[in-house]
Amino acid sequence: MAKKLFEGIRVVDFTLYLTGPLTTQALSNCGAEVIKIDTRSQMTGGGAGGQPMQTNKLSATLNFASPRGLELARRLIATADIVVENFAGGSLKRRGLGYDDIKTFKPDIIYLSTCMQGQTGPYSSHAASGHKLTALTGFDYISGWPDRPPSYMAAYTDIIAPRYNIIALLAALEYRRRTGKGQFLDMSQYEGGIQFMAPAILDYSVNKQITERAGNKYPYAAPHNAYRCTGEEMWCAIAVFTDKEWLSFCKVIGKPALAKDSRFTTLLARKENEEELDRLVNEWTSSRSAEDVMNQMQAAGVPAGMVENGDDHIERNHQLKHRHFLWELDHPGGPFFSPAGVHFQLSKTPYELQRSPIFGEHNNYVYKDILGLSDEDIAQLTQDGVIG
Amino acid sequence: MAEQSESMLSGYRVLDLTDEKGLLCGKILGDLGADVIKVERPEGDAARHIGPFYHNEPHPERSLFWFAMNTSKRGITLNIETIDGREIFKKLVKKADFVIESFAPGYLNKLGLGYKALEKINPAVIMVSITPYGPTGPYKDWKTSDIVAWAMGGEMNLVGDADRPPIRMSGHSQVFLQSGSDGAMGALAALWGRWSTGQGQQVDVSVLDSAAYSSIYYNPGPWARRGGAGLFMKRGVARQGGHRTTNIYRCKDGWVCYSHGGSNRLSPSLPLIKWMEAEGFTNDFLKNFDWDRPDFATMPQEEMDQVEEPTSRFFMSKTKAELLEGCVKYQIMMYPCATAADMLENPQLAARGFWVRLEHPELHDTITYAGAFGSFSEAPIRITRRAPLIGEHNEEIYGDELGISKEKLLTLKQAGVI
Repeated sequence: MAKKLFEGIRVVDFTLYLTGPLTTQALSNCGAEVIKIDTRSQMTGGGAGGQPMQTNKLSATLNFASPRGLELARRLIATADIVVENFAGGSLKRRGLGYDDIKTFKPDIIYLSTCMQGQTGPYSSHAASGHKLTALTGFDYISGWPDRPPSYMAAYTDIIAPRYNIIALLAALEYRRRTGKGQFLDMSQYEGGIQFMAPAILDYSVNKQITERAGNKYPYAAPHNAYRCTGEEMWCAIAVFTDKEWLSFCKVIGKPALAKDSRFTTLLARKENEEELDRLVNEWTSSRSAEDVMNQMQAAGVPAGMVENGDDHIERNHQLKHRHFLWELDHPGGPFFSPAGVHFQLSKTPYELQRSPIFGEHNNYVYKDILGLSDEDIAQLTQDGVIG
Repeated sequence: MAEQSESMLSGYRVLDLTDEKGLLCGKILGDLGADVIKVERPEGDAARHIGPFYHNEPHPERSLFWFAMNTSKRGITLNIETIDGREIFKKLVKKADFVIESFAPGYLNKLGLGYKALEKINPAVIMVSITPYGPTGPYKDWKTSDIVAWAMGGEMNLVGDADRPPIRMSGHSQVFLQSGSDGAMGALAALWGRWSTGQGQQVDVSVLDSAAYSSIYYNPGPWARRGGAGLFMKRGVARQGGHRTTNIYRCKDGWVCYSHGGSNRLSPSLPLIKWMEAEGFTNDFLKNFDWDRPDFATMPQEEMDQVEEPTSRFFMSKTKAELLEGCVKYQIMMYPCATAADMLENPQLAARGFWVRLEHPELHDTITYAGAFGSFSEAPIRITRRAPLIGEHNEEIYGDELGISKEKLLTLKQAGVI
């Protein structure tokens, strides 16, 4: 079998919750050896024991708060290429596992820290979660209706941060290949999140305008909304941008005359009469299934998509199935579905998802094969609660 | 001046043919130090017509969306639908490491510029293709847009109010930034692979996948089948237990995101309660409340109301800036709902030197931009170049680099090639 993309790269993974595990999963899916350091006291987070975010990883249990545990962590890192951690800013540094400690014995280590607001500055040590940081990054404020409070957009920044983390790690690998140098990657989830607000930032820095909540309205399209369909909580989004799409839309709903109705002939007219237009669209969609609406619109070249949930992604979305978006994996704790940690497919080096590890599943490999401890050492360390 | 160290991607050349769906990909590679050339059609890319606009004047050289997504790129114009244009493009591909594009599936193949053709010209070239649904499959020719991808990708299923339609985020497209950054991720993965094989390859990014990756961890479905966990969201319902939990409270000058979770590790109540008590915001119910009670999530609405009532009063007495300072001081898991204005005033971002000022000589202005996505100790990100004007670097690339004479350039211009 062909060599896997990141074969030979070893990652020591001190992460939990969402951002950290999703970051290292991109590497493990593509063949890097990601050793997840698990402690019994840690909450893994992320549902189903966090399994869908740990595919292809190895698990070693280690209490690195103890002196002997710390020593083992350092010895393991000395054999690695990459360290990833997502504790609150400065936390691992205090435990003797910060970048400055590591580089004394492993100068070319690539060390990525990802936390809320970065490792420096007055707020660096503040612990919070993406659920709240999403508000600070401005996403809540721009979500919802003009006449209502901002919407709670959950941990949106938690799915932006891994993207930038992965990019930073891959760029640093390339830099090390070229120069032999490792480096410290200080990733603030806040600063990564703001990248996705960049146009709104400019609108304020240049025009002093604040982007406001606009429901589903978009300046260059109408209809542009989610429309009610048959069944409980079934909706289909439709977006009509061009005159051509508008003509097709009118044909699909069986009202070609509407295209000539002066209230709707131009985009400007449609925007002006958008409420009335939404009412007409809802009238048509509400007696049809969301899937039918989507299929008919798309067949006529009108952008449309039903509002899907996770079950739809497994069972109804033929395109995601075609692309093998979700993997069904066996696991001692029961089978689960998981998407990959990488968000792309490569034509020559495909990846294959394998189940996530159970706690300490690879202790023998890590402590015996990599670190060369004897069975007696391992038994003693286990008995003393350093391992396991 | 001290000698600048190399950048992460010094020495790599990127040809960026993307539209709205992929512009962020080239920006990321450019900010990391690659030499990115935005290849636009002769009249300029369609994305130049996306607002908001500089001083609210719609103009292809004044789109703030364009500005935001094209830093660290040079720009040339080229009509690849002409034979001359295709030949010039092939010349550029010979020296390129990456070609990134977001045309409809099959479009470049028809022009003889698909991956198979480019691979023959330059076996090391990495081609990143960002399409709405992927190059093959039953939906491959379907159309997308931000709201459509929000819907199908599942993000829309989670958010909004129960009595109104599900929503997307307002403003510019989010999903196209997701697909753009996913393209950059794929480009760099393929670059790593190139060093062991000597070969480039095609990176396939689909907007639908990108959107679905963004919601899958919250969307009831795959995980729920394993007994589920607290992450699942239901639109319009702030917690499925004995009560509704407020997530967004009003404060003196806006809104703040906070939720009472008792002793829940991700939303502990005590740190805020301590601050409230210090300032006299409490009631008889709270004075005797057991924050460790295991049934917190399922306690009845009347009890939750008594927890939230002094909390609401407290927040109304504070500004967003005061709440931000307080949440750090009292270690509360809470942040105000910031606007762009608040972010530009944020003390942490200022202390980290996040903001970048870029000169726009043609506008006689210097504009503050969002800065680097990460702080790197050896090879820091440098955003030094504003987005290119239409054809701004035609002479540099076509004349100086490809050696096309001034006369020939004039002919190509008149023929609508550049």
